[in-house]
Amino acid sequence: MSDMEIFRAEVAQWLQANCPPSMRTPIVAEAMVWGGSQISFLDEDQRLWFERMRDRGWFAPAWPKEYGGGGLSPHQARVVEEEMARLGCRQPQYNLGVWMLGPVLLEMGTEEQKREHLIPMMQGRLRWCQGFSEPNAGSDLASLKTTARLNESGSHYIINGSKIWTSDGDKADWMYALVRTDNSARKQEGISFVLIDMKSPGITVKPIALIGGKSAFCQVFFDNVQTPVRQLVGAPGAGWSVAKRLLQHERAAMSKFTEGGAPSHDPLTVAAPGLKAATPAEMAVLRDQLTRVLMDAHAFGLTHQRVKEQALAGQDVSGPGAIMKLLQTEQEVAKYELLLQTMGQRGLSWEGDVFSPDEHAIGRQWLLTKSYTIAGGSSEVQLNIIAKRVLGLPG
Amino acid sequence: MTFLLNDEQRMLRDSAADFLQGQAPVALQRKLRDEQVPAGFDSGVWQQAIDLGWTAAIFPEQHGGLEIGYQGIGAVFGLMGKHLSALPLLSHVVLCGELLLRTGDAAQLQRWLPALIAGEERFALAVDETGRHAPQRIATRARRDGDGWVLDGEKWFVVDGVGASQLLVVARLEDQSAGLFVVPCQMEGLQTSGLQVSALQMVDSRNSAHVLLQGVRLDNAQRLTASDVPTALGAALEAALDRARVCLAAEALGLTREAFERTVAYLKERIQFDVPIGSFQALQHRAARLYVDLELLESCVSAALSAIDQDAPDLPLLASLAKARASDLCEKLLNEAVQMHGGIGVTDEFDLGLFVKRARMIQHSLGDGLFHRNRYAALKGY
Repeated sequence: MSDMEIFRAEVAQWLQANCPPSMRTPIVAEAMVWGGSQISFLDEDQRLWFERMRDRGWFAPAWPKEYGGGGLSPHQARVVEEEMARLGCRQPQYNLGVWMLGPVLLEMGTEEQKREHLIPMMQGRLRWCQGFSEPNAGSDLASLKTTARLNESGSHYIINGSKIWTSDGDKADWMYALVRTDNSARKQEGISFVLIDMKSPGITVKPIALIGGKSAFCQVFFDNVQTPVRQLVGAPGAGWSVAKRLLQHERAAMSKFTEGGAPSHDPLTVAAPGLKAATPAEMAVLRDQLTRVLMDAHAFGLTHQRVKEQALAGQDVSGPGAIMKLLQTEQEVAKYELLLQTMGQRGLSWEGDVFSPDEHAIGRQWLLTKSYTIAGGSSEVQLNIIAKRVLGLPG
Repeated sequence: MTFLLNDEQRMLRDSAADFLQGQAPVALQRKLRDEQVPAGFDSGVWQQAIDLGWTAAIFPEQHGGLEIGYQGIGAVFGLMGKHLSALPLLSHVVLCGELLLRTGDAAQLQRWLPALIAGEERFALAVDETGRHAPQRIATRARRDGDGWVLDGEKWFVVDGVGASQLLVVARLEDQSAGLFVVPCQMEGLQTSGLQVSALQMVDSRNSAHVLLQGVRLDNAQRLTASDVPTALGAALEAALDRARVCLAAEALGLTREAFERTVAYLKERIQFDVPIGSFQALQHRAARLYVDLELLESCVSAALSAIDQDAPDLPLLASLAKARASDLCEKLLNEAVQMHGGIGVTDEFDLGLFVKRARMIQHSLGDGLFHRNRYAALKGY
């Protein structure tokens, strides 16, 4: 056996011994453990799994041990991920800090920033949220207007403005945010990347209800909020490139949410009764549409596998990589439209016992999917990226 | 499953890339059309392909094959799509070779397979009887006649049937089960009695035949013996058809990708309103969506080729997935390519039209999107 095979066997053995069987079942949204000051566990197994992985440094196996990581090589860290996936282990904690901000701090942060922020992330003590979008800066993010100006002594930034679509802004301990530090510079160049304690005076957080009901989204208001200058990541005015770097970790982070089996309705099971109730002519059409949905999902899954295998083999996968967000979100939208079509009015229930929880859930989810193709770079932005960066079209 | 080629398959692909670009480029397809070559392909180029081992690639070593597998030959089909190279590789090797291998007894294999690999005989499969692919709907009859058989019926759109030396004919037996027969186009130097093979002139100028069988008499040795078990023939036919569907999907992928790259290049160079038309978002987004479809198709084709090589049980599902997507994209992408090219796209002088015509033949050959979605649904059990 090669060293890596021995390592893999050890990892598998440790996971077998330390991951409670109940933590190896598909996860539902309510059972996700979010690291942070308000962390809570549904049961003892969740707590055990969280603590064991924390103590081993495997919230981020490849991070240096001095910041609470596992100190493994990238290859070893991948083995840990692969073995966790193989055994069906749940994520011991969900934490945007670890998955999004952490890698950027490791690369670009000061020693002081690393010690202050990485270690609490690795202990699951702090929860992070993202402050990028603003009411008037959506797809055109660089037009953001939340300002951060230095106070007279130069010790603090004073922040004024508002951020929107901040997921779990009401539960987060800290925010990483893009703010305008220079109004005179060109759009992107006046932007800086700062870290803000959400307990700071002057912050107000307001949850946003969506067309499908309650959501995790919030709007955050800043009224003369102070954050020390040591919380600036990168140089003043370099925030745009820091954020671009951070967003490169987004795909990997998002896959941690989906691989846990975030609840999604199986179109075959849901649509089958609708098919039976349809007239023969309707059924022929619905059957073809259902097949299109299933084939799209099948092709997407194969593309996901292909990109992964090609990337491991060192091939350039930036092209197919750029299509994944567009595909995943548009396919979810199309799937719920199909489910609604087969269910008819039963898919449009809002509340009440006469409908099954599943029927309610599908109607709500159908409305929720409408945000998928808007959030995190709308489909139109994705198409722009493919056209310009992948195909090299001008303009 | 793997999406990567091994060394041997890469070597086959690279040598095929050089060979086809040099010997069978788009210009040759135009020449074959203009000169109305009856076979639809260049016999010299075909002989070189045989010398390169392409007719042996998929067969096991015990039968004189090279065992390079479908991921290798699939790459060759992709390049044939890219260069619009006309060769009877699908009809002769994939369809007929696979069927012979699966349904011939030892004597029949010995008699025909080495000749197939060496190119001494050229085989073509006669299965469809209507414009839409329907391999289960067979009206051609085979009835017992003493020690032999008599065949009556009509076959349409036999790929590479013109000039073939042997036709594999699917016919229904008296007990309604299917049978498979090797029908020689000539017997003792004369055209086989009761057999009429005539050329169909199709938009892609390739070889397509109408076959009329009127009391064609055959020895029992001409019947492929595995057809004694009715289910075995059905399975063999599906296995051969699925392999061919995946190869056609690979050809479609190569063809559509080439047409797409030519279109994107045109979007960058064509100036209107003082700017390249590729700077218009209306066109950018359409091009981006075609790119997405190409990437999805590539994954499906690659997975299906890999499934053939690994004898995976989900091959039928993957074959229908790949062919359905390939067929749909052959229509969508080529129509978009013409529209984005504007006037020049509909002129005969410009090569894009040759791509359109071949793409649409591929779309309908061995099942279009509707056929394969229907099959996919049936395989999934709804």
